Amino acid sequence: MYDMSYRVVVIGGGVAGMEAAAQLAGRGCKVTVFEKEAETGGHVKNWFHLFPDRKDSREVLKYLDNKINHSNITLLTGVPVERINTSNGLLSLFAGDGKEITADAVVIATGFDLFRSEKKEEYGYGIYENVISSADLEKMFRKGEIRKHDGSKPEKIGLVHCVGSRDEKVDNLYCSKLCCVTAVKQAMEIAEYIENAKVFCFYMDMRMGGAMYEELYREAQEEYGISFIRGKVSEVAPDINNKLIVKVEDTLTGRPLKMGIDLLVLMAGMEMSEGGKKIALSAGLDTGENRFFKPMDLHYASNKSNVDGVFYAGTCTMPMNITEAISHARAAAADVMDYLDSRTN
Amino acid sequence: MIEEGKKRVWSEYQKEIPDDHYFYVRSCIRQSFFPGSEQFFLMFMNDVLGKDFYENPSHTTCTGIGYHADVVPFQTIQTVIARHFALMKEAGYKNIAISCVTSFGIYAEIIETWKHFPEELEKIREYLYKATGREFDVPETMAHTSDIIYKFRNEIAAKAKNLLINKKTGEQLKVVEHIGCHYAKIFPKYGIGGAEFPRVLSGMIEAWGGKVIDYPERRHCCGFGFRQYLVQANRGYSLSNTIKKFSSMQPYKPDLVITNCPGCTMFMDKWQYTMKEMEGTVYGENGESIPVLTYEELAGLVLGYNPWDLGLQYHMVQSEPLLRKMGIEYDPDDKYKTKDGRQMPIPQNLINV
Repeated sequence: MYDMSYRVVVIGGGVAGMEAAAQLAGRGCKVTVFEKEAETGGHVKNWFHLFPDRKDSREVLKYLDNKINHSNITLLTGVPVERINTSNGLLSLFAGDGKEITADAVVIATGFDLFRSEKKEEYGYGIYENVISSADLEKMFRKGEIRKHDGSKPEKIGLVHCVGSRDEKVDNLYCSKLCCVTAVKQAMEIAEYIENAKVFCFYMDMRMGGAMYEELYREAQEEYGISFIRGKVSEVAPDINNKLIVKVEDTLTGRPLKMGIDLLVLMAGMEMSEGGKKIALSAGLDTGENRFFKPMDLHYASNKSNVDGVFYAGTCTMPMNITEAISHARAAAADVMDYLDSRTN
Repeated sequence: MIEEGKKRVWSEYQKEIPDDHYFYVRSCIRQSFFPGSEQFFLMFMNDVLGKDFYENPSHTTCTGIGYHADVVPFQTIQTVIARHFALMKEAGYKNIAISCVTSFGIYAEIIETWKHFPEELEKIREYLYKATGREFDVPETMAHTSDIIYKFRNEIAAKAKNLLINKKTGEQLKVVEHIGCHYAKIFPKYGIGGAEFPRVLSGMIEAWGGKVIDYPERRHCCGFGFRQYLVQANRGYSLSNTIKKFSSMQPYKPDLVITNCPGCTMFMDKWQYTMKEMEGTVYGENGESIPVLTYEELAGLVLGYNPWDLGLQYHMVQSEPLLRKMGIEYDPDDKYKTKDGRQMPIPQNLINV
């Protein structure tokens, strides 16, 4: 019997891609998911606990893994999509393994890249061993120990907010939205791992806009004794004992501050993924000033692109948390179905 | 310290430094306080390496200090710089070599302004033409003279008679490199290695056998900071910044400091005298202060030139401790003699003697 199912390709096997694929498969579409990495799960698989409830990230991944284990889904891992050809009213995708596949609709869920912290040269990431990124810290959490490069336990830890976000110098004017709450969560976890640790968060503004974020922030101060210093770190350099000397302006007291820190964690922001950029260029997809994919409308068409049959899901359009990425993916699936049904009718 | 990380940064900040044919512009401070530096540079480039570095006696101050003191308006300084470019055009040069870091920052600021605001360039063309009848071209390349010494650092190393090694102990000399703020902090792309981990001086130190010191206040201002010093009431602030730098480098026991900026050499040299007089504090070992040299003076020592011909005696902190470490022979009796043997007055209260 001829298979009348719609053929949909989902590019990206992170949270949004997995959820969108599962939703579409559940509606009878034949879905092919391309994931450039060897495993699905996107950035979440590199994270330990999630904010605000400190849920183990593996629980979310387990939920998504179960959902994509579906007879309508073909999962291709380790295969990036290099480009999309949209000519002749057909959607043709060209994968890194040389294969070409056509689709009735495409969901782009290419996610984000973490800001490369070494671009903020003044912090010395990649040069000073005890300057690490928020992602590096999550790996330490997963391993179960937080250590300086020499193996000793840090006593004073600093977390720098807005690394690569709200920063004209690196051409990222937008707020990555999740770094503040990540810093709060990580600061609390550090305090749990290291008894009597002194933890400092250097922030510009605390943007705690999500559900239970503000409560977490309050808990970090009241129950964990985390110090929040309003000011941007201007430079970092080690002293003769390899302690990191951090300079920051405390804008609430109006004074410059200099302190020795054992371990400095940079809260890397979110950027349009390199893979996404290539696809945008090949398919003539619009991107915004923030370089993320630009939806047709931010209010009522945040899943729609300027190319017929191509839809967006998740953080390929803007920074989002997991809750938002899942909701966005479900909305993308609904838009895809509307589009496909409207074509048939 | 992850050396690879630094190399990655350096690789992102490389600039074109032509091999030859420069219009050379002097520094007001350097030709007054460290005259051997520019003299050595021109002699080395023109006579030893056989290059073509041309200077025009009609070149004037860039008025940078006045500009940073808010007494020279931006359009005035642009017109002064435009005149320098006119002299350069008239002499047939396309590459400019700038001896002063303040000037270098000014030139960069003006060239960038003209790139972004072409109407400003047209206005300045008109001003200069009306005032002098001259016309100018924007240089094709712009190098600070430390960029040029950096470019030829390996040639200097190949001819070296004295490396940056303590001849008695065999240990590498510990060298603080201080980069003038206006070299790359305003426009990192104009500096070799960028603003945060500049390579221009550290590259020379390593090529000549020394060990570079990275200390917490490495990027801090020398203390000059224009208005910190130019406004008399602020001079305590100027001094306190210098103290901050020297206190920060002291634990590393540096053997010398080199800088690529006229103001930095001057202030890091002369404020050591002041600190010693005011507080009795010295920051070097054995009760000595730390010699502060220009990169040309250091290149001259490495190449075996007579320290007094290089003008080291014009510094406030005397360099004899460094000369002894490097095993450089010198005649103390010649220190204040003219080339034809006449005795000059001997300054009082010098330190490190």
